[in-house]
Amino acid sequence: MAEANDLEQVFENKIDAEEKIEPKDWMPEGYRKNLIRQMSQHAHSEVIGMQPEGNWLTRAPTLERKSVLLAKIQDEAGHGLYLYSATETLGITREEIVQALHDGRAKYASIFNYPSLTWADIGAIGWLVDGAAIVNQVALQRTSYGPYARAMVRICKEESFHQRQGYESIAVLARGSAQQKAMAQDALNRWWWPSLMMFGPHDADSAHSAQSMLWKIKRKSNDELRQSFVDQTVSQAEIIDLEIPDPDLKWNEQRQHFDFGEIDWDEFKQVINGNGLCNRERLAQHKKAHANGAWVRDAVAAYVKGKTGESGE
Amino acid sequence: MSELSPLFEVFLRGRRGLDHIHVGSLHAQDAGQALEYARDTYIRRSEGVSIWVVESKDIHASQESDVASFYDPMDDKPYRHATHYTLPDGVDNM
Repeated sequence: MAEANDLEQVFENKIDAEEKIEPKDWMPEGYRKNLIRQMSQHAHSEVIGMQPEGNWLTRAPTLERKSVLLAKIQDEAGHGLYLYSATETLGITREEIVQALHDGRAKYASIFNYPSLTWADIGAIGWLVDGAAIVNQVALQRTSYGPYARAMVRICKEESFHQRQGYESIAVLARGSAQQKAMAQDALNRWWWPSLMMFGPHDADSAHSAQSMLWKIKRKSNDELRQSFVDQTVSQAEIIDLEIPDPDLKWNEQRQHFDFGEIDWDEFKQVINGNGLCNRERLAQHKKAHANGAWVRDAVAAYVKGKTGESGE
Repeated sequence: MSELSPLFEVFLRGRRGLDHIHVGSLHAQDAGQALEYARDTYIRRSEGVSIWVVESKDIHASQESDVASFYDPMDDKPYRHATHYTLPDGVDNM
């Protein structure tokens, strides 16, 4: 028993000293579980996030836009792989991680349960959804688990392209014809609030936040991150002459931050619990793609088996 | 000269949280000895907090001649870089 306490003390000392925890270090079971939950959810978000964008791949207005979108979607798959690999260092297999998604035990960012209705949505997703993700991920570069932190550093390097292409794309629409501008505004209207929901519940209502902050898995609270996102995005909207759909949005001189309206938490809960517009479609598509890929996994296994058979092992 | 002991590649982690980085190689009879030699050879001035040794024969490497298929820099795809997109005045930090 004394030994277990020592191990825990060593772990706590590392956390206190801002040192990273590495895969072979002893860690409390709760820390491991909390990480698996957050990291696999993060990985699933990257992967499921390809669906709303893939929806417009064959209908991109120009070859340039199509190439950009394809490159971005490819990056998202890569980000999913970085994160799955980092999660696997915690002693869980890819099969278990994917199964948890299919069983509904693991979640992904609720925003991907909203439909991408027009081409302007693709710009809005890059600008707002990736913009919100960056705010979150920049903070996570300092997370206490080494493989997660290193995956975040790699991802952040690539994310800037994602947000910029989205912002540039919606900016083009915003200064286009009246119809194009209306399309850009409509996209902002629909994606703004779900983007704010990406940061999760208020700190006081967040189930895992307090412990995650103590363990330094999370470095900034949901509300802090949400505030940073609002503060940086307001002027970006003004510059391209689009209006953020929040009558309560105003600069607070005293706080030196923007005040903003309350999120529709009922909608948030509905979407998290599987009742968003696209929850069923997203999961069904993932299951279908996974099942359709089974023959590839089988072929790889058979190939490896054949090779080891040949060498007589 | 008699048979050489196996060759090991040595990787060091400068401090916790960083990637292990390849620093060189050495011969040793086994992994334990390789770790000790690596300590003696590569860590004399607080160069690191963690050593990995891997037998060189266990490293599978791409070939220089495969450069096109493995390391195509995709110079024809400048849109993969953030700097490809011009931002309006007043927008910084994106």
